Amino acid sequence: MQLEFRGATVNFATGGVQIDDSQPPVLMVHGAGMDRTVWSQQTRYLAHHGFSAMAVDLPGHGDSTGDLVSTVPEMADWLADLIRTLNFGPVRLVGHSMGCLIALEVAARHSDVTERLVLMGAAAAMPVHPDLLGAAERNEVLAPQLMTAWAHGSRAHIAGNPTPGLWMRSGCQALLERASDGVIHNDLSACNSYEAGDIAGQVQCPVTVIVGSEDKMTPPKATAQLVAGFDEVELQHLEGIGHMMMLEAPDQIREIVLAALR
Amino acid sequence: MVEPDYLKFDTLSLHAGQEPDPTTGSRGVPIYQTTSYSFVDTEHAAGLFNLEQPGHIYSRISNPTVAVLEERLAALEGGVGAVCTASGMAAFHLACATIMSAGNHVVASRNIYGGSHNMLNLTMPRFGINTTFVDPRDPDAWRAAITDDTRVLFAETLGNPGIEVLNVPVIAEIAHEHGLPLMLDATFTTPYLMKPIELGADIVMHSVTKFLGGHGIALGGVVIDGGRFDWAASGKFPTLSEPYDGYHGITFAEEYGHQALSMRARAEGLRDFGAAMSPSNAFHLLQGVETLPLRMQRHVENTSDVIEFLEGNDAVSWVSHPSVSTHPDHELAKELLPKGAGAILSFGITGGREAGRRFIENVQLASHVANVGDAKTLVIHPASTTHQQLSADDLTAAGVGEDLIRLSVGLEDPEDIIADLARALRASQKG
Ligand SMILES: Cc1ncc(COP(=O)(O)O)c(C=O)c1O
Repeated sequence: MQLEFRGATVNFATGGVQIDDSQPPVLMVHGAGMDRTVWSQQTRYLAHHGFSAMAVDLPGHGDSTGDLVSTVPEMADWLADLIRTLNFGPVRLVGHSMGCLIALEVAARHSDVTERLVLMGAAAAMPVHPDLLGAAERNEVLAPQLMTAWAHGSRAHIAGNPTPGLWMRSGCQALLERASDGVIHNDLSACNSYEAGDIAGQVQCPVTVIVGSEDKMTPPKATAQLVAGFDEVELQHLEGIGHMMMLEAPDQIREIVLAALR
Repeated sequence: MVEPDYLKFDTLSLHAGQEPDPTTGSRGVPIYQTTSYSFVDTEHAAGLFNLEQPGHIYSRISNPTVAVLEERLAALEGGVGAVCTASGMAAFHLACATIMSAGNHVVASRNIYGGSHNMLNLTMPRFGINTTFVDPRDPDAWRAAITDDTRVLFAETLGNPGIEVLNVPVIAEIAHEHGLPLMLDATFTTPYLMKPIELGADIVMHSVTKFLGGHGIALGGVVIDGGRFDWAASGKFPTLSEPYDGYHGITFAEEYGHQALSMRARAEGLRDFGAAMSPSNAFHLLQGVETLPLRMQRHVENTSDVIEFLEGNDAVSWVSHPSVSTHPDHELAKELLPKGAGAILSFGITGGREAGRRFIENVQLASHVANVGDAKTLVIHPASTTHQQLSADDLTAAGVGEDLIRLSVGLEDPEDIIADLARALRASQKG
């Protein structure tokens, strides 16, 4: 689905289903340098289970046009404005990695458009390794390589893609390599410079957080610090799973997300 | 500077795609010799059929043993996914049928495997897909042959019969300038000698029958999806970028993006054309892939010894292999194939068609078969076998002279291979 907003095209995956206004909307927000397809194992399922599932491409990502947005709070304002302008809301927000930061900011500062949060690969601070930031700034293939290496649990580096025939590591790397020059650096810089303050304390809606025990990008300890700040939170733990949990453990994630959204 | 801690090629050859079987602990890849898979309930069945969740339904579409081989080959090539097929030809057909429809056009190297040439030249035109064949070494010829209907550029990493080395980065750039993907048959190189996706190719196919299996006991093919080509942006691939009624209006590029080709090739191509790989063949081929790096290294070493011998033999008038300094692609091979230019070569035998026939009849260790890429050394003399109906002039036009012998160098002790060739060459000259 493609919609016009602020003079640019915003692209969504909707699970191959036409959006039905009578179904509760779910907006899924991808992480740094990625796009809507990271939700490919959930979008279509949710779309056939009673939701208007929309996995968005952020501006300048995937098939969305428009200028990159350079800070997390501005990305959140863009998303909240999108939800209001296009009359989606209030929505259930599902975020991954940088998408979690965006979702948190939306929930904290635009509570009128947020009904519920589901966060995976989440932390209040996401410092980025300087070598990775440098490689991203130079648009080197090393940036996708490092992100891919760190973003998967040890099992995902060998085997076990539940979708027959797909190879996870190159899948992630190809996705990141498709990002236009500057995209990965823009996003990593936004993560690196983001200061959450007491963001969790400002979130009013119910929150579900999913943690992968082998997540090296937002390690369980960092997630725990964030989680401690929420008033009301449900925590789900996935053993042996890394940062790309919606692809590494799609069946578990689908079940958790569906239960949380209902 | 930090480095990505990726598992390396040799490790992936042994492990990628498999973890010990979760129910039995089996360390070897089990042969899931089954046609079908029990559904948990109707909801689960519906979800699988509708591509809402992953899993196995029926072995024409996917099978756990075959999936291990698919994941492993994708890993070795650096592709986002792979679909295995009953044979190399089935892989070639599957890739073509997934991205093209009647009215489309292919630009292909003229120096390709005879079976692939037949499919493009004779069979596909019946379905409305035509091909222009070009000299693979001539970038301008590739450019000139592209029309508005062209949908793919196709070549072999190492061609046939002249072992032409494809300048992959150059031809990939031509393809991409025109919003088209480059598809390569990498059978002769395997991912051990060349990684075409890293060099710019978008789709890689193999006859897994050959070096990947290595043992010559099972047929198989694979289509590997590089995942870098933007099907939607190109606007030329409606099978990937427009809604498909086969799955309630799904648009593969929208849902799966960089993995659209892998998903559509399986969901439509295996489902409808049905050229699936059998689980037993996948098992056999996996045993070969485990030792691919060791075998390819030895193939290359033996080839080098055999070439040295042939070049010094009076009954041999020429030797064609990219490692030979007189080969037109010698320098390119050094650049693109630093680990070696494969184990297939051709040479000219003094005395033409008759001497060729006598040579073949006198080899004892080398096997006279219509195959390449076996662990055993194989020979064929096209002028007296596959091409025996052609006149001397027709043979020359096909690039297969009367004196041409093709050799696929195996893993025997190189001294034994050489002794066998020496004996047969001597016999060939006693007319
Ligand atoms: C380069 C090449 N491509 C494709 C094929 C076809 O493969 P298969 O025999 O597995 O169908 C062959 C087989 O001889 C081949 O040599």
